[in-house]
Amino acid sequence: MAANVPTGARHLLRSDSRRWRDPHCAETRSRARSVPRYPHSRMNTPSPTSLLTAFDPEPGRYQELLDDHAQPRPHWRPLIDELAKATPLQMRHRQKFVARQIRENGITYNLYADAKGTQRPWDLDLLPQLVDADEWRHLSAGVAQRAALLNSVLGDLYGEQTLLTNGMLPAELVFGHNNFLWPCQRMPVPGNTWLHVYAADLARAPDGNWWVVADRTQAPSGAGYALENRQIISRAFPELYRELCVQPLEGFFSTLQGCLQALAPAAGGTPLSVLLTPGRFNETYFEHVYLARQLGVPLVEGQDLTVRDATVYMKTLSGLQRVHAILRRMDDDYCDPLELRSDSALGVPGLLEAARAGRVAIANALGSGVVESPGLLGFLPRICEALRGEALALPSIATWWCGEEPVRRAALARLSGLVIKGAFPSQGFATVDGSTLDAAGLAELRERIEARPHAYVAQEQVSLAQTPVWQKGTPNGRLAARAVSLRVYAVATPEGYAVMPGGLTRVAAKRSSSAVSMQSGGGSKDTWVLADAPLPASGPPPRARGVREIVRRDPFLPSRLVENLYWLGRYSERSDNLTRLLRVLLARHVDDGGTGPALACVLDVCRARGLLAPKLQAKAALLGAIHRSGEGSLRDTLARLFWSATQVRGRLSQENWRGVVEIHRAESALAQAKLDLQGSMEFLDRLLMSVSALSGFALDDMTHDDGWRFLVIGRRLERLAFLADTVARVLRQASADAPASLETLLALADSTITYRLRYLSAPQLIPALDLALLDVANPHSVAFQINELQRELKIIADDFGEGATGQLKDIAASLAACDLSTLEVSDAAAHRAALSAIADRLRAIGDTTRTIADQLGLRHFAHVDDVSQPTLSA
Amino acid sequence: MRYSIAHETVYAYTEPVSLSQQLLHLTPRLIERQHCREHQLLVRPEPARRSDRLDCFGNPVSVLEFDRPHRRLEISAHTLIDVEPRSEPPALRDSPPWEEVASAVSFRAGRTPAPWMIEATAFRVESPYVRVKRVLADYARECFPPGAPLLAGCDALMRKIHREFTFDADATHIATPMLEVLKKKRGVCQDYAHIMLGALRSLGLPARYMSGYLLTHPPPGKPRLVGADASHAWIAVRCPRQGWVAFDPTNKVIPDTEHIALAWGRDFGDVSPQRGVILGGGRHEIRVKVTVMPLG
Repeated sequence: MAANVPTGARHLLRSDSRRWRDPHCAETRSRARSVPRYPHSRMNTPSPTSLLTAFDPEPGRYQELLDDHAQPRPHWRPLIDELAKATPLQMRHRQKFVARQIRENGITYNLYADAKGTQRPWDLDLLPQLVDADEWRHLSAGVAQRAALLNSVLGDLYGEQTLLTNGMLPAELVFGHNNFLWPCQRMPVPGNTWLHVYAADLARAPDGNWWVVADRTQAPSGAGYALENRQIISRAFPELYRELCVQPLEGFFSTLQGCLQALAPAAGGTPLSVLLTPGRFNETYFEHVYLARQLGVPLVEGQDLTVRDATVYMKTLSGLQRVHAILRRMDDDYCDPLELRSDSALGVPGLLEAARAGRVAIANALGSGVVESPGLLGFLPRICEALRGEALALPSIATWWCGEEPVRRAALARLSGLVIKGAFPSQGFATVDGSTLDAAGLAELRERIEARPHAYVAQEQVSLAQTPVWQKGTPNGRLAARAVSLRVYAVATPEGYAVMPGGLTRVAAKRSSSAVSMQSGGGSKDTWVLADAPLPASGPPPRARGVREIVRRDPFLPSRLVENLYWLGRYSERSDNLTRLLRVLLARHVDDGGTGPALACVLDVCRARGLLAPKLQAKAALLGAIHRSGEGSLRDTLARLFWSATQVRGRLSQENWRGVVEIHRAESALAQAKLDLQGSMEFLDRLLMSVSALSGFALDDMTHDDGWRFLVIGRRLERLAFLADTVARVLRQASADAPASLETLLALADSTITYRLRYLSAPQLIPALDLALLDVANPHSVAFQINELQRELKIIADDFGEGATGQLKDIAASLAACDLSTLEVSDAAAHRAALSAIADRLRAIGDTTRTIADQLGLRHFAHVDDVSQPTLSA
Repeated sequence: MRYSIAHETVYAYTEPVSLSQQLLHLTPRLIERQHCREHQLLVRPEPARRSDRLDCFGNPVSVLEFDRPHRRLEISAHTLIDVEPRSEPPALRDSPPWEEVASAVSFRAGRTPAPWMIEATAFRVESPYVRVKRVLADYARECFPPGAPLLAGCDALMRKIHREFTFDADATHIATPMLEVLKKKRGVCQDYAHIMLGALRSLGLPARYMSGYLLTHPPPGKPRLVGADASHAWIAVRCPRQGWVAFDPTNKVIPDTEHIALAWGRDFGDVSPQRGVILGGGRHEIRVKVTVMPLG
């Protein structure tokens, strides 16, 4: 009998823990360490020569790895030696390590910015890209100069416009660009800094020289990915990383932080900076989360900010907080629906008015995207001479802007040898490689350009350099050559632009391909800039804080974040409850052979929650309950859990997030596989463990701030309602006091083990109810939830004014009035009546709990749901 | 000609609006031949903040902010303005060949452009509501044979649009893409203006959007109805000799004393009389009453 009792979570944790551990984790690591001790495993080790023999560089391209004599360049030799030393097994482990880190850190790149959220794991090659110290000095000086130049160009275009009046830059190239923001002309810009962060996309020509292919001036992405790449690859080659004196990246982020702080108009006070994201459907949302954490600033969406009296505020739980600086990852024309694109639901209405009043620093300045146009490239050398009195250090790739007639004629004459790009993003013109077009295609393109010449730009084909990537398989892994490009970042400082010593290296997916964008399936690499000698971490040391500046409480909790934490708590607990319920249901079905009072109890509870399809045969209905996807179903609840977790991802620890990803994966798997009875039981066992793990994180892993408090309150409210409803329903069953029914009740209340430890016998009515309802020491009892809620709600009420404490008192009184001694009567009718009275009280407790839950939402998050809408009248 | 103009707008919301920001282009800008004698902006409820300035095109603009919950917003502009007749109608044939104008506002390396050229370039490129497309250029082509004087071509284009389009207040709304309007050939004065702008710019010619009012004529023997008018839109093209010359494709006229201009910009979006963003409000209803009363 005891063996068939449905088990509680803790029991499952013990029995199934091995299945859920990552199969590679502990064992792999110990094996990896032990490898060198076994001589036989070194037998397949390739020599440097054999590594290079298998390497397949394409002729006519610069090779990062090899010199003209097909020998490794000096700065690559240590890496090649390291690879030659490594055993195939070691290399496989390194590869697995990288894959695991990416999976577990949840590094993704959203392929299409749509609601389906096509997330793709980040593609990171095992081998770093190496750049030697001399070459880097040249590159970084060039990038810094270019950043300063483009900053001056922006200053001119939004000010005097001498570049236009002198004829150095075509007006149609500027005015025709959708990111030239008319209302931003002559707007004050703190520190005359338009570009706080700048990035250059670089390519290396066959002769070894670097060329700028594109400038990123609006909201350059990828710096966060570069840092994440570093944290993984430096740990895949820890000795080599130290030996090569690789320059660290962290200084870049503290410099950026310092840049924002310095420019924020905070009048001597402590400035508040935020990172403004378009939201989780953006292709680089992962990076926004990551960057916000690195910079120590709140991650906000447009609706978290509001402008009053030309001042930007963040809506937080404790009211409006003035925002002094905004690092934006939102496109120029989307930033303010009042003055820019009115169809933008992402922006902050009134932001321009605040910027105009000089009350907020926006990085990069609004409208900085205009100088991203490839049409500018051909004009930069002269502009550099004119504005800076010096030659442009890094040349741009040969570029013809078609708006000029003789230039257009020259470009059209050799169209099939060029790449054609749109000058303005609003054209939605996809870049065309002339060499891929037939005669008709070329004629059509020519006509298109002639009709609106100023909107098209022709560029030289780039024959990108190649770099080695590590290819697994075949049979032990090998070096393969791939086209490579490099994105380098610069940040504004009072002394000029500081360049991040590293960057985002991107490689093509296929051997002969030149496409290196993430969209076209390419991968990335960590970029190691080598120093001549070990370097201390760069960037200014943080100012030492005194005792008076200790912060014990996060003052900047956006309300939307707190609301999502609250829902994360509720959905986590609800997932726990539903999983347990379905687990008990299946176990009862197996044990009772489809009949019996206990099964009737669970079926009743499940039906009341709408978990069962009404018409199907019993077994099909049971299995269906797991796969159902309608509102209130297990899958729906898990999906909501995941959604709310993604909304608060910045507040969850790495481990906690991994737990969430695990649950998400289980949910997705459910959508694909049809499980049988056995498979379903196993699935629910594992799921219950994952879901229970979240409750551990909630308790131990998170700082107990106000956000956490709402998460815990959400959990308690949900559990209280579930317990009260479930026990009430069981008590109304005809066979409520049958041992099997009580076992079910205890299982649903996750109190089986406690009961067995205390009473060492089959459950009886009064002790079972005491444990599930009144025992304040049982964390799964009704009384326990009420006590905890009273404590947390009191703290909320003290901080934010009168709360739901009154109604909670009513609940406590109602529970106290549940007198179990009324069940001691022997008369059957009186017994029934006493059970029914307790059930009534419990139902009322469940209802009041739901009311409290709704009211909490209304009181604290009401304004979160308010949506901005445009109005227009003629 | 002296006019008294009332432009009254009432917004009624089904839910309270907790925060509202409004950008108004209701104050006439200073223009040759137009003299504003009186102007008053009345707003209810009282805004928490009001700032008056010139926008990037030199038009007066008022920014209002309301931070108290309200279910109704009333904005009325009252203007007393004199409009002088032009000394003579624009000489349509006495304008340079249109290709010459298109070429003048195109960049040429080594040439220092005249200030008017840079100003005009702003109005010959695409803007949020006006596309530059081959199909639009094709639409205008028959009005601009090679060597045709610029203004004669514009006049022909205005007549073509007036002939081929049907005024229909229900056919479009402001978000209707102009290429769809071109297909349907129906719309209101904003659509007529946008189509003409798109056609001119697609030929490389600089043209801007004009926002304002029009004097209407009640049927013979009937009194003028208060509030029966509406705001109006037309265009102006840049002629190197005669400056900006206006055309009204909705009415097939070259504006004189019966058009009163408020503002100009690249398109409707730059100078829409009232543009706002509200927080909350549920569904809203807008009632606009315009009265253009000639005082002689």
